[in-house]
Amino acid sequence: MRVPNFAAACALLVFGTAAGIAAAPTEAAAKTLVYCSEGSPENFNPQINTTGTSFDASKPIYNRLVEFKLGSTEVGPGLAESWTVSPDGKTFTFKLRKGVKWQSNANFKPTRDFDADDVLFSFNRMWKDDNPYHKVSGGAYDYFSDMSMPALLESIDKVDAYTVKFVLKEPQAPFIANMAMDFATILSGEYADVLLKKGKPELIDQDPIGTGPFSFVQYQKDATIRYKAFPGYWGKKPKIDGLVFSITKDPAVRLAKLRANECQIIPFPNLADLPSIKEDKSLTMQSQAGLNIGYMAFNTQKKPFDDKRVRQAINMAIDKKAILDAVYQGAGTPAKNLIPPTMWSYNDTIKDYPYDPAAAKKLLAEAGVPDGFETDLWAMPVQRPYNPNAKRIGELMQSDLAKIGIKANIVSFEWGEYRKRAQAGEHQMAQLGWTGDNGDPDNFFNVLAGCTSARAGGSNIAKWCNKDFDKLVTDAVKISDQKERAKLYSQAQVIMHDEAPFFLIAHSQVFLPMRKEVTGYKMSPFGTHQFDEVELK
Amino acid sequence: MFRFIIKRASLIIPTFLGVTFLSFMLIRLVPGDPIEVRVGERGISPERLAELRHEYGLDQPLWKQFLDYEGDVVTGNLGVSVVTKETVWNEFTTLFPATLELALAAIVFATAIGLPLGVIAAVRRGSPLDYGLMGVSVTGASMPIFWWGLMLILIFSVSLGWTPVSGRISAQYYIEPTTGFLLIDSLMSDDEGAFWSALRYLILPTVVLGTIPLAVIARMTRSAMLEVLNEDYIRTARAKGLSVARVVGVHALRNALIPVVTVIGLQVGALLSGAILTERIFSWPGVGSWLLASIERRDYPVLQGGVLLIASLVMLVNFSVDLTYGLLNPRIRR
Repeated sequence: MRVPNFAAACALLVFGTAAGIAAAPTEAAAKTLVYCSEGSPENFNPQINTTGTSFDASKPIYNRLVEFKLGSTEVGPGLAESWTVSPDGKTFTFKLRKGVKWQSNANFKPTRDFDADDVLFSFNRMWKDDNPYHKVSGGAYDYFSDMSMPALLESIDKVDAYTVKFVLKEPQAPFIANMAMDFATILSGEYADVLLKKGKPELIDQDPIGTGPFSFVQYQKDATIRYKAFPGYWGKKPKIDGLVFSITKDPAVRLAKLRANECQIIPFPNLADLPSIKEDKSLTMQSQAGLNIGYMAFNTQKKPFDDKRVRQAINMAIDKKAILDAVYQGAGTPAKNLIPPTMWSYNDTIKDYPYDPAAAKKLLAEAGVPDGFETDLWAMPVQRPYNPNAKRIGELMQSDLAKIGIKANIVSFEWGEYRKRAQAGEHQMAQLGWTGDNGDPDNFFNVLAGCTSARAGGSNIAKWCNKDFDKLVTDAVKISDQKERAKLYSQAQVIMHDEAPFFLIAHSQVFLPMRKEVTGYKMSPFGTHQFDEVELK
Repeated sequence: MFRFIIKRASLIIPTFLGVTFLSFMLIRLVPGDPIEVRVGERGISPERLAELRHEYGLDQPLWKQFLDYEGDVVTGNLGVSVVTKETVWNEFTTLFPATLELALAAIVFATAIGLPLGVIAAVRRGSPLDYGLMGVSVTGASMPIFWWGLMLILIFSVSLGWTPVSGRISAQYYIEPTTGFLLIDSLMSDDEGAFWSALRYLILPTVVLGTIPLAVIARMTRSAMLEVLNEDYIRTARAKGLSVARVVGVHALRNALIPVVTVIGLQVGALLSGAILTERIFSWPGVGSWLLASIERRDYPVLQGGVLLIASLVMLVNFSVDLTYGLLNPRIRR
């Protein structure tokens, strides 16, 4: 029997068309850089954003008063050319840059350059309830309040068109680093007025206007974000004409797109793919120690962890190197201090506890628990930037602890629940970690180990409150001289090492694979992605 | 016929209520609410948490939240996304054309391949070809979409370079959405390459999404054909000396098509659920990946509204299939 003709014809038609289309020439990217971003932004205003993905999407458009220098945690001039701090450390005066142009779009043609009014608008929107924009787009300014700005700010005043004065209620050295964070982005006050008159204030967060190197062109929801180089940019002109974020949520697909040159830079590769990326001759990869720490905290308010000898013993009983090898697979630096080695004030003279089960057993005996004890050991249910697999780490710890007689039971909860319970202090031992916000040591020491955050529900899950340590750390924020501050933090690290409220695991390495044609990219220690100086060969 | 329509339509209301109830309850059974999942390692002060809970109405008892939600739905208000602050309706209508475009392409693909395969298998019943085709079809029906999608990407996009990896169109084309169907929008644009680019980007997701319906259609066609081929009138047609093509193509296929058409209609539900994974793999900006993201972010309004809208569509399609079937086959109406 013959195969019916029409069936064959149908099949031929479909395959034929497919083949024909497949043979069409592949399109060449001109001077447009495509970045395969990992997700969709919430909107285009970092004041109300909460995720790194959203910050990345806003970054090309805007500037801040001061900026982190590309690739470092050091703060340099931005829209403010210079600034001074009063002797009492409470008044910060910013001299604004002149001749800074605003971008334009269909709704807005700027009539004036950037000035003090824009600074006032940007901060008052977040700070003042009576600002007409305060409630726009939900009115939640999470980072502004997380960095304690409402409690800290006394006043913000326009001295003249190009001078702005911030007065604080108490001296706060990290304030200047806070001003370089994404939430401190400067928006156009004039654009805000125009939109308010048109009755569409929410557009300020969706169709953004900034002073940055790229202006916003279009966002196709969940698909692409387009930017073009802004010819009026006050800083170094970008070396690419266009920038596209191609939203690609799956890491394996991102890598496939990079290999096919559909994008030129991808974030967050799968760790398992790293060897094959290194082998691929058309790709390069940058990497850097992340601004983070993964740790296991002892609940120092519960027995037997209130005895520092027990905490020290566990620090010696766990084979850190084995964890680094098995779980981080070369993508981590062993941690001996709470802050990563890239951060100023890192105390490198501290020697980490050696892996020494015999000594650990001896310490346990001294602490009055020679036969060990039973404890829980919490492991997060999710992968975090600082800890790729908490459950696996938990298992490795469990077997090490068994050798000195400690029976650890691994416990986990859904992620939100986990964090809440750990912060409430329900655990005995719990893994967690931290990613820094502003590159200031205070953002680690105070947040993770200070007495104020040791309260129930606070972010210090060791619930450790050491008066000497806390005094050093709280004193350090009242001094504006960085060298003096570094000395105090250095001492604080000695105390923390001796007291051992944590088993410090690792600072994870961040990887950024890219095409060989990409040059001039500098990785940010904050884990954000910036394309100001990127070039395409 | 009128009673039949009323009977069918009255079934829609309880289904509708069931869907709203299930989508409302299921997402709340997953631990963590929209606020908690947004809070990072820093934590949140109890006061702020209470304030936000209140803002989203999460501090109300569950039954009250549900009644409020039902009230809103009845008045056509699906709410606002917790994450983007856009209305659920706006987000859905922005993204749905992409899903529809993909689903239509997939069903065309599945029918164009599945139907002939089923016919061939039926005609060559018991031959190695039949076993081969049906073996492939069983494999296709049980293919894990995620794995299948990644395999196709690795083979056709990365190794061979024939098709693009993911997305809807090459980054070099800048198409303003008018209809939301990119094939149409790109045709209307001045850029000639845009249409071909959009078509190329459509191939792999179409194949992946179309695989399961293809297998189902092929098997259904085969069994329907086999039944028809045993009928007396086929024997009569053959006895008259008609060509095989005419017997199979005209006399048998036309009659076998009725159940097949129903099955194709019923694939809509399968297509929309398959779209969730397919869209994720191919970075396809449709309602599937939108719903998936809403689960991750516990975006209650988006998830509830999205599920409700999609369920309504499926109900509508099923209802129309029922009606058409009733029209075609008077026996069903009773």
